[in-house]
Amino acid sequence: MEPSFYQAKTKYPGIFGWIFSTDHKRIGLLYLVSTLAFFAVGVCLGLTLRLELIRSGMHIISAQTYNAIFTLHGVIMIFLFIIPGIPSSLGNFIMPLQIGARDVAFPKINILSWWLFIIGGACAVTSLFTGGGPIDTGWTFYVPYSIRTRTNTSLAVFGVFLIGMSSTLTGMNFLTTIHRLRAPGMTWKRMPLFVWSIYATSWIQLLATPVLAITLLLIIIERFFGVGFFDPTKGGDPILFEHMFWIYSHPAVYIMILPAMGAVTDIIPVFARRNIFGYTFIAASSLAIAFVGYLVWGHHMFTSGMSDTARVIFSFLTFLVAVPSGIKVFNWIASLYKGSIRMDAPLLYTLAFIFLFSIGGLTGLVQGALATSLHVHGTYFIVGHFHYVIFGGAAMGFFAGLHYWFPKITGKLYEEHLAKLAWVLLFIGFNMLYFSMFVLGWEGMPRRYYDYLPKFDGPNLVSTIGSWILAMGLIIMFYNLIHSILAGKDAGDNPWEAASLEWQTSSPPPAENFETTPVVTKGPYSFQ
Amino acid sequence: MNETAHMEHRDYTGAKLGMWLFLFTEILLFGGMFLVYARYRQVNTAEFHEAGREMSLFIGAANTIILLTSSLTMALAISAIKKGLKARCLVLQAATVLLGIWFLVNKYFEWSEHIRHGFYPDSPKLLAMSHGNILFFGLYYVMTGIHALHVLIGISLITFMMVLTLRGRVSGADYVKLENTGLFWHLVDIIWIYLFPLFYLVL
Repeated sequence: MEPSFYQAKTKYPGIFGWIFSTDHKRIGLLYLVSTLAFFAVGVCLGLTLRLELIRSGMHIISAQTYNAIFTLHGVIMIFLFIIPGIPSSLGNFIMPLQIGARDVAFPKINILSWWLFIIGGACAVTSLFTGGGPIDTGWTFYVPYSIRTRTNTSLAVFGVFLIGMSSTLTGMNFLTTIHRLRAPGMTWKRMPLFVWSIYATSWIQLLATPVLAITLLLIIIERFFGVGFFDPTKGGDPILFEHMFWIYSHPAVYIMILPAMGAVTDIIPVFARRNIFGYTFIAASSLAIAFVGYLVWGHHMFTSGMSDTARVIFSFLTFLVAVPSGIKVFNWIASLYKGSIRMDAPLLYTLAFIFLFSIGGLTGLVQGALATSLHVHGTYFIVGHFHYVIFGGAAMGFFAGLHYWFPKITGKLYEEHLAKLAWVLLFIGFNMLYFSMFVLGWEGMPRRYYDYLPKFDGPNLVSTIGSWILAMGLIIMFYNLIHSILAGKDAGDNPWEAASLEWQTSSPPPAENFETTPVVTKGPYSFQ
Repeated sequence: MNETAHMEHRDYTGAKLGMWLFLFTEILLFGGMFLVYARYRQVNTAEFHEAGREMSLFIGAANTIILLTSSLTMALAISAIKKGLKARCLVLQAATVLLGIWFLVNKYFEWSEHIRHGFYPDSPKLLAMSHGNILFFGLYYVMTGIHALHVLIGISLITFMMVLTLRGRVSGADYVKLENTGLFWHLVDIIWIYLFPLFYLVL
């Protein structure tokens, strides 16, 4: 039997065999460790925000610091955790295995992508301690404030620019890989739906990110040279910035959610012991979400002064984009129906995903309808909505995938009881933390404020306590995974008795993934 | 070992596919700027015409001919290597590089002239003019500037390809790297073909 990829001989010794590796599995792990490290920082920032907001009139940090912290919380969580998140870690590790390939199409560009990510992250972190100090514009960098603020905006924005380049190259790499490197017999319709989701995500990464890139460059150019594109005194238009920013940043949220949907779509058949319901519709809906997602960016700008006609069109398209997601939810439920359910951690996290994402999605409709949008814009309702979809959705799906593929990546089994305990704490803490925000937002509490009226005290207290319970859950979950790497039981090749290709090689896989190139004769969820 | 496996694995179609996907992203990058141009020209049409008269049609046209010729030399370089004509390929690549450098030198003089006349971002002269003028020159510097950066990147890439051609790593048997570099260079040329009328033919 071949040694695992961990033991393979590498071109460079020691740590350099990792940080200069061109093995997609090692690169996936590099991303996993770095994105989770940034996630930890983002969580701490979030906990600090919640601590500041525990009670009205009480302050542990200044208003300026508060603004910097919520900006950083957003920038780190979005650009350094959840956007690269699943695609670059699980996508990198698992996708080539699932299509029976030896690696991705461009392994050197793959490691270049990771370096761009790291250098971009380093720029963002450095910007905290240099120049005018940590950026305080909000992660949306709206002009004119982002042009005028004395904080170290240019370096932070340049960091995000580099991270964007990383994302674009990864998208290009994965698209070429899926088109060119599928094993014999692996037709498009025999690919696992995780691969379909990575495929759709890669199209968004490829095409949307460059628009963000130019928008960010224009901020930097504006700050240094005063060109005037977004400055009304020079004929510029701040609303143009909003358009350019959201033309990327809306599709970006589909980069966040599609891979998580893909992971849970792979998990459900295995833990219900039956084929997925509606394979073609799920694959097609991933592409539909990617496409329609490009058309709805205006729903972030309903109060910015667009015409009624434009707003009605964006509202309609926003409702339309919810349909393919709804199709997936129904297909997942149908896939569980009359299945032989194994209630292990991957499925628990999957069920939480479906529930929390649905709540997030439905509240998105409240925001997408013009009349109610006016009521909730700029309030905590929005904050609640996006945390339900990004955290309750994408991140929960990430955790599901982590548990599911943990044995494949590490060769070990995590401890099931601890995983379930963590899940309970996560679920309770999450809902306390974020459901309160719907209440607060509806009652009128504005977002990005470091203080509030006493009438909002109650739900804020609940929310902050929820954040502590959630943090406990995260600590237990990660403790379990890390401890199990060191002391877990051996997993064997296929502990879940799954049918997709990654489970037909050893855990962890050898350097070349498969002893011989697999020949595929059936679908990824055929258990009979 | 993973490294050796990749040296043996060649996928011409995959390499081209990856390059075309990358070019798509460059189009979107510049597309963002063309969007900004379109918006501001729509709002300030007459002033864009007025500002356009400051541009030197002569330098613009000369640079257009230079870049078009450099695309020709690049295409011929690829034809040459396909026939195994290594020396000719190197000469043509060198010609492309020299033409690219000539383009940048022209740009340098052109920009110097404008700056000497007081037309640069945030200049007192420009700020005293109408919005359309300010935006026109802003767009001019940003768009031709980012384009010039891509010309520089292209020159560096072709120079690197010349080294690889010399060492035999680019040859009649395996020339996809050179083809892809050629594609990048043609993209740089095409973007200029769009920039030229938008800035120099706004009469």
